[in-house]
Amino acid sequence: MFEYLGYLFIFFGVMAFLVSSIGLFRMPDIYTRMHVGTKATTIGTILVIIGAILTEPSWAFKLILLAIFILITNPLSSSVIARASHSDGEVLEVDELKEAQK
Amino acid sequence: MFEIVVILLMLSMLIALYRFLKGPTLSDRVVAFDVISVMSVSLLVILSLYFQRSLYLDIALVFGLIGFLGATIFGRYIERGI
Repeated sequence: MFEYLGYLFIFFGVMAFLVSSIGLFRMPDIYTRMHVGTKATTIGTILVIIGAILTEPSWAFKLILLAIFILITNPLSSSVIARASHSDGEVLEVDELKEAQK
Repeated sequence: MFEIVVILLMLSMLIALYRFLKGPTLSDRVVAFDVISVMSVSLLVILSLYFQRSLYLDIALVFGLIGFLGATIFGRYIERGI
């Protein structure tokens, strides 16, 4: 019974990956691409790992270790990339505060 | 079941690979590389369920570490050069 629940979780995780890559294809500038490319992949990986735990409960230790690792490193790398591209001079495509800066 | 999931995952990796090849700036390519490395971590988790081998989870952990280090080092390179 838990196996089919695990398959459902894995399917929703892969759907989150598909949404993330479509957003990476369509978004206009680097910050929105980074937003959709790191948050949606984090939730997708966590859903796939929860599904794997439900499918195969004896591997739970390694899978929880992998989930904690992804939860630590994925926001860190997105923060590093955002800081680097801001200092590289990237600008927002749709900037609603541009007139307030003048 | 696993075949459908793996095909959907490979499709989304292909769409991210388009951004990696096309992307106008270096930051776009680094973001696409980060996305592809996280996707391949969960592809390794699904393959470990499919082949019933827990060895693939160790490979997934090491692959996640290498991908994180690659994205961080490229970020540092964009920020201040070599």
